[in-house]
Amino acid sequence: MTVFRIELVPVSASPLPFWAHLPRELPIRHVQAYTLTKALSPAQQRTIAERLCPALSHRSFIRYPQTSPDSDYLAAVGRFSWVLEIGFLPGVTDNTGQTARQMIEDHLATDFEGTQGVYTSDLFFLDAELSDSQAHAYLARCFNPLIQRGRAYRAEHYCAKSALAVPQVKLTHRIRIHRIDLPADDEGLLALSSQGIPDETGIPQGGLGLDLPAMKAIRAFFTERGLPPTDAELETLAQTWSEHCKHLIFSAHLDEIENGIYHRYIKRATQEIRAALGDDDFCVSVFHDNAGGIVFDRDWLICDKVETHNSPSALDPFGGAITGIVGVNRDCIGFGLGAKPVLNRYGFCLADPNDSSELYRQPGQKSPLPSAREIAQGVIAGVEAGGNQSGIPTNQGFIYVDPAYRGKPLVFAGTIGLLPRNIAGKPAHEKKARPGDLIVMVGGKVGKDGIHGATFSSQQLDHTSPAGAVQIGDPITQKKMSDALIKELRDQNLYTSITDNGAGGLSSSIGEMAREAGGALVHLDKVPLKYPGLQPWEIWISESQERMTLAVPPENKDALFKGLERHGVSGWVIGMFTDDGHLRARYQKQIVIDLPMDFLHDGVPQKKLTTAPLSIQTQPTPPLDQRDMREDWLAMMSRLNLRGREFIATRLDHEVQAGSVLKPLQGVGRVASHATITRPLLDNPRAIITSQGLFPRYSDLDAYGMAGSAIDAAIRHAIAAGGSLTSMALLDNFCWCSSEDPHRLAQLKQAARACYDYATAYQTPFISGKDSMFNDFSGFDKHSKPIKVSIPPTLLISCVAVLSDYRRAISLDAKIPGDYVYLLGETFDELGGSEYLALCEASGSQAPCPDPIALAGHYRAFTRASEAGLIASALGLDLGGLAACLARTAIAGQCGLCIDLNDFSALSDPVLFFSESAGRILCTVAPDDAPDFEAHLADTPIQRIGTVTQDPQLKIRTATQTLHLPLGELTTAYKTPTPHL
Amino acid sequence: MSFLPSCTPEVCILTGYGLNCEQETQLAFTRAGARAHLHPINDVIATPTLLSDAQIFVIPGGFSYGDHTGAGNALACRLFDHLQEALRRFLTQDKLVLGICNGCQILIRLGLMTNGPSIKQNIAITTNTHGRYECRWVSLKTTSKSPWLAGQSLFYLPVAHGEGRFVVPDQTLAELHTRHQIALRYVAEDGTHAQGVFPANPNGSVDDIAGLTDQTGRVLALMPHPERAIYTHQRDDWPLRKALARRASKQLPQEADGMHLFKAAITYFS
Repeated sequence: MTVFRIELVPVSASPLPFWAHLPRELPIRHVQAYTLTKALSPAQQRTIAERLCPALSHRSFIRYPQTSPDSDYLAAVGRFSWVLEIGFLPGVTDNTGQTARQMIEDHLATDFEGTQGVYTSDLFFLDAELSDSQAHAYLARCFNPLIQRGRAYRAEHYCAKSALAVPQVKLTHRIRIHRIDLPADDEGLLALSSQGIPDETGIPQGGLGLDLPAMKAIRAFFTERGLPPTDAELETLAQTWSEHCKHLIFSAHLDEIENGIYHRYIKRATQEIRAALGDDDFCVSVFHDNAGGIVFDRDWLICDKVETHNSPSALDPFGGAITGIVGVNRDCIGFGLGAKPVLNRYGFCLADPNDSSELYRQPGQKSPLPSAREIAQGVIAGVEAGGNQSGIPTNQGFIYVDPAYRGKPLVFAGTIGLLPRNIAGKPAHEKKARPGDLIVMVGGKVGKDGIHGATFSSQQLDHTSPAGAVQIGDPITQKKMSDALIKELRDQNLYTSITDNGAGGLSSSIGEMAREAGGALVHLDKVPLKYPGLQPWEIWISESQERMTLAVPPENKDALFKGLERHGVSGWVIGMFTDDGHLRARYQKQIVIDLPMDFLHDGVPQKKLTTAPLSIQTQPTPPLDQRDMREDWLAMMSRLNLRGREFIATRLDHEVQAGSVLKPLQGVGRVASHATITRPLLDNPRAIITSQGLFPRYSDLDAYGMAGSAIDAAIRHAIAAGGSLTSMALLDNFCWCSSEDPHRLAQLKQAARACYDYATAYQTPFISGKDSMFNDFSGFDKHSKPIKVSIPPTLLISCVAVLSDYRRAISLDAKIPGDYVYLLGETFDELGGSEYLALCEASGSQAPCPDPIALAGHYRAFTRASEAGLIASALGLDLGGLAACLARTAIAGQCGLCIDLNDFSALSDPVLFFSESAGRILCTVAPDDAPDFEAHLADTPIQRIGTVTQDPQLKIRTATQTLHLPLGELTTAYKTPTPHL
Repeated sequence: MSFLPSCTPEVCILTGYGLNCEQETQLAFTRAGARAHLHPINDVIATPTLLSDAQIFVIPGGFSYGDHTGAGNALACRLFDHLQEALRRFLTQDKLVLGICNGCQILIRLGLMTNGPSIKQNIAITTNTHGRYECRWVSLKTTSKSPWLAGQSLFYLPVAHGEGRFVVPDQTLAELHTRHQIALRYVAEDGTHAQGVFPANPNGSVDDIAGLTDQTGRVLALMPHPERAIYTHQRDDWPLRKALARRASKQLPQEADGMHLFKAAITYFS
């Protein structure tokens, strides 16, 4: 095999990439390398090197295996004693390598074939005397062994041999379709489920994750059929019946709830709200499609979906997060006939990036989890790359920090899409694959990516096997596909149905679309592969990214492929939809899968679960009366959960598509907002409000109140920004822990009941959701002591609302000295689970538990005032209570506030300042508008508490003291830098 | 489109391969009074008259090829290989060229400010000094005679890029100054030069350069996004300005600074 390497050497010291955790004081040269396995003439090699080399800053060199570097090269890299090389493992998506390959193919008008490829790696030349163990310790800090390979060379070794590593995938097992005799005993069935199907050498290939009743149902089916299942059939059932796809816990018979909490609390809430709204019902497509859809105006719909991508992000933070974003983008592209992504949002629940604890998946400091800092840096970089490269604005998001997320970070990724209500005279949110339609896969090719994503272990990875489980998204391949479909082919009416390939890959997308038609026949040997040697079942369930599946009437095939080609997008016909009630797949002449659709989709036995009463661990609140409120106030503003978000908001392009109205940072003081507003059509005054609510620290005190508070906060933040309850929808993301523990199930049931109660009280329907039930880490600390880290039960509520006119948007910054300051809502002694008690290292007992019936009335009144244009600024209270809200309002406007809280003498100062009681909005109003404003809010608990001042300080008078907080000090505390992020 | 005057210029806006600001760029030109067309790169390569029939050629912002191998690099190479002659002819005519953000990186990579189209460069745009992507609004000043910038000296526009720092060798920089090719510079809010200081200069660009023209002024490459600043409400200070206008019983102007650029281009052909 011909191998050569192009190395790009910086002409002067350049900053190291963020992921290279090397001592900054060491002299280090960072060299980028492209290893090519393709025969090219020396002149061609030079031209390619020139094109890859950044002008002015780098010089290019070409190196060959077994050839010592020349003096010119050695002079360029400078003195060094060690070289660390980091590259990808075989089969891991190498986006830069792909681009280089396309550049070469384009320039030389030749295709890469067979084993020809381009592989990137990073070389670090260290000029320091290091022992072997020191060098390997540095190396270990720079790469993630699940997706990357790392190697340390001593200088003499590097110069002498210069073997060029080529991470090619080599699959050696022969292709076979294997029938599995299902064990007759329960233990055998469970062992098969937990270990998976053995390959031809007897090594199990990863668990199926099915419980005993499901395995028994499968055995019963195949016993009756009289033919054992193939590996692909078992894998298909495992995918389709997984918790991930079927939401078995939400559908389980739980205590007295026979049809499950999803039907009882979530779906029923939406059904009742829609019925009550009657002609004003704004829901269009809820729960059954890839996203939930609501009316935007007469001509347009918007859809919304929020995904979780926790497990992959725990192992490869960057890959997990980027795949989360581009994956949820595909949910939007696969909504109805295809919606255009117009807005991304994100959410991270993480440990403090400075948390230095080490966790391992195996004893003896083996299989380390990424550090808290690597996770934080990686997930932010992933959301940045996914959103920015796709040209979708990322306006809305949050970062929530708590040590309990050290074992398993939560990564939320959401996308809002825009879709015409009708295309070619038919509703665009409806789709139906028809018998006879071709099954067309569009986008990228298939590799071993993401097979058994949730259950893989690192032992399966070595240099001969590709890193199966971890995927890295390729936003540009997807962007081209999205442009071709959404900006062109959709409106030409060339396909009848579309679904994305996410979890479960083709098995899931074709399985779903086959329900529309009544069956499908797939030819797995026609699916294009990234490299040869995949087993048929692997092709079927691979989660390789950037793929959509279309149903295309045969007469449209040519037009569709022509359109794809213009955009540089690939597509392949891989089968046909049928109406015989069976899902079938063949590989060449062999039948790989033949499953009746009704068994596949409805054969899974319902789980039966019971809850156990909760014993709530309440701790008395410690005495707070001796605490220095001024000091605590400043300390609160610098806490990770309250401080500024400039470090992430400026990294996410929130201006692309030009629709941004209320931005993630507001006011001259650039304060992070709880709600943002975007105008998706620049010739249409309507706009989309997005907001979020999440209070996991309340869960163990009151899971019902936790859920109610999250719903209230999401809604209230949208109300404060100018929204109205009449056009607001919700999305739920339950992220639970130990979900088979009856106590955790009791919390789940309470939280789900709250979802029903609050949604119906506010008349805000749920339109979509996604749950993730097992967010626990079981492993070892650095002393090999077993350790379990579970997240607190976490419910993210996302709100999406339509604002009838963007000009009604209300930002959070205090604007004009002399304006009155009002507080809407009541404050109670509800410090339990608050950010303030976290500062005091206590949990307290009483968490907020709002009364939604009363609050709905307050919000309607507030909306009347906001629609009349009477409100200059508004901000919902959230973590940190009134204190944080006053500070944010002042910092954002760079104005002072003079506040008199003497009337609240029934509450102690800590409660008054820091209680997180729900239902409250702080707003400022011009004195001239005050009478009208007060008239609109006459029936609500509204109180004028002060004025906006020129004097740059927060002056707060309570019944017991007067605080003076200079604006400069507050701003400095709020803008405390977050190191490493 | 018969209601448009005959002098209405035709605009060819390139799309595809990760470019992503084409729709808002088209809207800006359309509002300014042009006929703006979106053309996939592959269509223009197959049918170069799509380019030569236009009076204005635009490469909009985006992330062509994901910025891999350097922002703008891969697409610049593709254009160099397939559209070199068409571009050369376009540049010799009395026509206008605009590159915004990724489009700017591509025009610079193609050497259009000095000797292009060429694959050899003497100006580079590279990673921001602080090493991060940066999305924020900035103040800009021009003294250029470029038709794109006629009639306006100060602009308030957003930037959004990870690689926006102009790197120019001293001699080339002196030539750019002499030939009045420095089109836009980052300034502080009071209009004084940013002098490389963040955040007024968001990327550490030499001499606070935000945009360059070729020697004729007809080719403009700029990192900020004028197409994201065509309406006042898009500005980050809009909520405050809205409140102030309401108190003074005044109307806010509907248009923002970016619109001047598109209108100036149309004026050039009228």
